[in-house]
Amino acid sequence: MTPEGSLLAASDLHKAYGATPALDGAEFSIHPGEVVAVLGPSGSGKSTLLHCLAGIIRPDRGTVRYGDRDLTAMSDAERSALRRSDFGFVFQFGQLVPELTCLENVALPLRLNGARRKEAERQAREWLERLEVEDVHTQRPGEVSGGQGQRVAVARALATRPRVVFADEPTGALDSLNGERVMTLLTDAARETRAAVVLVTHETRVAAYSDREITVRDGKVKDLLAGLR
Amino acid sequence: MSIGHTLLGLLESGPRHGYDLKRAFDEHFGHDRPLHYGQVYSTMSRLLKNGLVEVDGVEAGAGPERKRYAITDAGVTDVGQWLSRPEKPEPYLQSTLYTKVVLALMTGRDAAELLDTQRAEHLRLMRGLTERKRQGDLADQLICDHALFHLEADLRWLELTAARLDGLAQTVHK
Amino acid sequence: MTTPAAPVPVRARGWCRDLLMGMRFAAGGGREGWTRTALTAVGVALGVAVLLIGASVPTLMNAWHGREKARENLGQLHEPPRGDTTVRYASADTVFHGERIRGRLVRPDGAHPPVPPGMDRLPGPGEMRVSPALKELLAEPGSALLRQRLPYKVTGVIGDAGLQGPAELTYVAGGTTLRPPDAYRIDHFGRSWTPRPLTPQGTLLVIMTCVALLTPVTVFIGTSARFGNDQRERRLAALRLLGSDIATTRRVAAGEALFGSALGLAGGTALFLAARQTAGAITLWDINVFPADIRPGPLPAALIAVLVPAVSVLVTLFAQRGVTVDPLGVVRRRPAPRRRLWWRLLPPVLGAALLVPLLRRQGWDDTAANTTELAVGSMLLLLGVTALLPWLVEAVVCRLHGGPVPWQLAIRRLQLAGGAATRAVSGITVAVAGAIAIHMLFTGMQFGFAEAYARSGALPRLGYTAQADSWRQTERALSAVRATPGVTDARGVIEATADTLPGSDSFPNLAIGSCAELRRVAALDSCRDGDVFVAQGRDTKTVRPGGALDLNPAFSPEDRATPQPWTIPADARQVRLRHTGQGPDDHRYDVLATPSTVDVRRLGMGDMALRVGFDRSVPDAVERIRTALALVTPAVYESSAVDNPHDRAYSGVRNGLFAAATVTLLLIGAGLIISTVEQLHERRRILSSLHAFGVRRSAMSWSVLWQTAVPVLLGLALAVGCGLLLGALLLRMIHAEVRVDWPVVAGMTGIGGGVILFVTALSLPPLWRMMRPEGLRTE
Repeated sequence: MTPEGSLLAASDLHKAYGATPALDGAEFSIHPGEVVAVLGPSGSGKSTLLHCLAGIIRPDRGTVRYGDRDLTAMSDAERSALRRSDFGFVFQFGQLVPELTCLENVALPLRLNGARRKEAERQAREWLERLEVEDVHTQRPGEVSGGQGQRVAVARALATRPRVVFADEPTGALDSLNGERVMTLLTDAARETRAAVVLVTHETRVAAYSDREITVRDGKVKDLLAGLR
Repeated sequence: MSIGHTLLGLLESGPRHGYDLKRAFDEHFGHDRPLHYGQVYSTMSRLLKNGLVEVDGVEAGAGPERKRYAITDAGVTDVGQWLSRPEKPEPYLQSTLYTKVVLALMTGRDAAELLDTQRAEHLRLMRGLTERKRQGDLADQLICDHALFHLEADLRWLELTAARLDGLAQTVHK
Repeated sequence: MTTPAAPVPVRARGWCRDLLMGMRFAAGGGREGWTRTALTAVGVALGVAVLLIGASVPTLMNAWHGREKARENLGQLHEPPRGDTTVRYASADTVFHGERIRGRLVRPDGAHPPVPPGMDRLPGPGEMRVSPALKELLAEPGSALLRQRLPYKVTGVIGDAGLQGPAELTYVAGGTTLRPPDAYRIDHFGRSWTPRPLTPQGTLLVIMTCVALLTPVTVFIGTSARFGNDQRERRLAALRLLGSDIATTRRVAAGEALFGSALGLAGGTALFLAARQTAGAITLWDINVFPADIRPGPLPAALIAVLVPAVSVLVTLFAQRGVTVDPLGVVRRRPAPRRRLWWRLLPPVLGAALLVPLLRRQGWDDTAANTTELAVGSMLLLLGVTALLPWLVEAVVCRLHGGPVPWQLAIRRLQLAGGAATRAVSGITVAVAGAIAIHMLFTGMQFGFAEAYARSGALPRLGYTAQADSWRQTERALSAVRATPGVTDARGVIEATADTLPGSDSFPNLAIGSCAELRRVAALDSCRDGDVFVAQGRDTKTVRPGGALDLNPAFSPEDRATPQPWTIPADARQVRLRHTGQGPDDHRYDVLATPSTVDVRRLGMGDMALRVGFDRSVPDAVERIRTALALVTPAVYESSAVDNPHDRAYSGVRNGLFAAATVTLLLIGAGLIISTVEQLHERRRILSSLHAFGVRRSAMSWSVLWQTAVPVLLGLALAVGCGLLLGALLLRMIHAEVRVDWPVVAGMTGIGGGVILFVTALSLPPLWRMMRPEGLRTE
């Protein structure tokens, strides 16, 4: 089941950790430029779904299609390469390399894609400006506030102009105002670059930044609006 | 919402005509329900009677009466008291949602289904509010935040209820 | 609450409680906690064992020298008169397959001769007592030639009291033919004797060995105490957060350190006792001792027992000063303040300032002041390396930027938190610098000898001297040697030193031999027994035909020598010597005489001198020659370079240094692994998110490699520089040529490189484990 025109689609995903099933026949699809919120209680399999969709882990069963490619059939190295070039990631916390400056953190994925240091840092600087944290570029993650750090993380996720941004509780460690600002900047930038955003969150206020939501319950996905379409 | 106290508060920044008061009220607070001019007039007469405002002057001319109102010292005190008095919390116990969930439980319907549907509906509204907040000014943001937090609170209560009901159902069916 | 009435016991109880709590932390803490404590204990144990062995050296040398003195009769000036309690005594040392065998021949004059330690009575004629090691050697199937050489019946084993060490090869045999020229008469064993003081070079080597051993051990104990410091710091910071005051926290930390070092102390003692048992099997610098000889002096032992735990506690407290002050450990998250250079330069500069004046002095004087200056100077120079390294790493790392992503990650990590790695590396640095310096000193000292040995060892030639008895004996020895398979040529004369009459300062040399032997020495146109020749080009005033010589010259005024006059016949002809006397194996003679012209027994200083050439391709040719000669005359001295003792000593020292360096480096490598894995653990989430970003495993592996490699390589560079500098200074001090043994330097560097790979290889599995997506899971 690959809905027409979708950028990333998964069908019948199963994944178990030991005897505990985390995904039990999940379906998902997202279009370019779309922001989809993944909702659901703790332990429902939200993060596992995100990891499967991003090719970080391989599902036990089912397929994940990105464009015309089958992620589940790709090798670890191929998936890593795909993540470097086409995907971006924002996590809740602890994702910035503490030794690198904020600028170097943002430039990191660009350099992993083979950009030269000067060019990567020039682009990184533009992204920091866009996310209104240009002034912390020489500081290390330990020296900036949580909100600033998360904006740096968003800048890093967007710096490679990814086709899909995976955001796992991006505002989880932030206060409401910072969370809102981060969400606004993230979704604005994503819309502008026509990137799709998979947004895992447990806060409906954050989910309200999405175009559509799905609910994961016991490893199964309910896509109400998709059903209504 | 106490319209009288709101109007009094608006007068604190300086004397205004009745029509000005209505415009200012609508601008800041009346997004959903604009104020009728009659409401302003009747409220002002009540406030005049209580000595909280006084008539600062009347402009002669065509059209409706153009009285200028000014706040009295008693009025300022009254506004201060109103602002410092907590609102009576509005429990949702009597709300429709509560009624629905309890009914679903009592009739053995799937409460989770109800929740998901309700969440989708809440989210639709919240998306609208979020979008308006994105485009609007500070006042928009404040009022939308208020609504968003309330809606979110509804949903969180619903989710918690669903979780409780799940636990209850499991113990019942065991 | 502390009541004023009983403050002391309460405080003491509090102290005990805090210390015990620290010990519980060290003992508990699961597998990881145990690993850390064990590593600290192993480190301290190794240090303690080395210290204990070092502290045993004086007692060991005393015991060793003591037994040597007790079994010989050294320093006897005049023979006692023959009597019931005298014995004739001679050396009959030999060498078998490169092993030196100490041999003594005895022949009692009466019924009550003195008996050396380790024996109940002297062996009778044709009997011998052997050391256990020699007994084993004799029993080996390859020892047939040795059994022939020692044709005595083994009647017993020499006890430990008569041996220097359990591996010593020695025998005491009852000689049948011992006569005055072969042996001297003694009436007791164990004459008090002042040993020759160590040579300056030897002293220098001993001082340097002590310094080079002690410095890394100190640094090492310090480093061991800091193994797994990060987690300990977090634990203590948590304690501070819970409200314990600074003093309490310090006591808990002290208790924790104390536990590890107490274990280490016990382990070190056990290790020392175990190592002692193997002492018998080890021979260093020809010294082999009994396990019981290795016994530290009571004062050094007590100092070790007190100081080692104290040092480790102090180091821990010093290392944790940041945490004990700040409950949240926030201070540590900021980049550390820039390290200052000036005070780090003080120790090496002071050290050099102490060492350089020693260079100017003429030769090495073994005074207390010089020794202290040298030891302190070297110690400061070596410790300076430790102080300089963190600065060097920081200075270098700060100037590094750019480069590929793994390099950038590693460099940034070192810039922000390079302390732990650098500290661990300091230990390597001191050990390697010390090892290089000692090795340079040792090879520099050995080089002269080694070269001479190599030159003369290239000639397949042996020289023998024995007390001359008669020309017949010499001929017997020559024919025995000539009949031995593998001998290419052999020649021999009786050499004697005479004096002119009346006396002068020149002591002419005589060669007595048959015409055939004399022709090998000089060009003779005709020769018959009874002829005497005078070498050309000699002082014809003193040594001339018709001149008188004294065959039993007195070399010092105390010598009570009876003159034995002899006249050079007037018809003695002048002849030209074949060799000018400059070569390595030729003697310069002044007078050549045929046997019938001189009575050999009148010679005061007459030696049978043989030169034997042999064919290297004939197996055991050398052993056959030795055996053949020993059967003619057992008390014979061999001068040869066929068994080069310096090669063995050299490779022994080199192997020892390599082994010690490897153990140190491995241990420090283990410490590095622990801190690396600890750090990876802390960064699990980052590693997982980097993996999500598509960072390759190889990139992260490279970053771990660089992170270890940069400080280790810098440390090794510093160590090599410092070691070479110190080695060069020391060699100049003894006026030896400064030369660098590059293979050894390369070897040390290679071991360092091995450690880098070792640490990286063992850090990779945890790294890959941490990079798994599980690290991203929040719930």
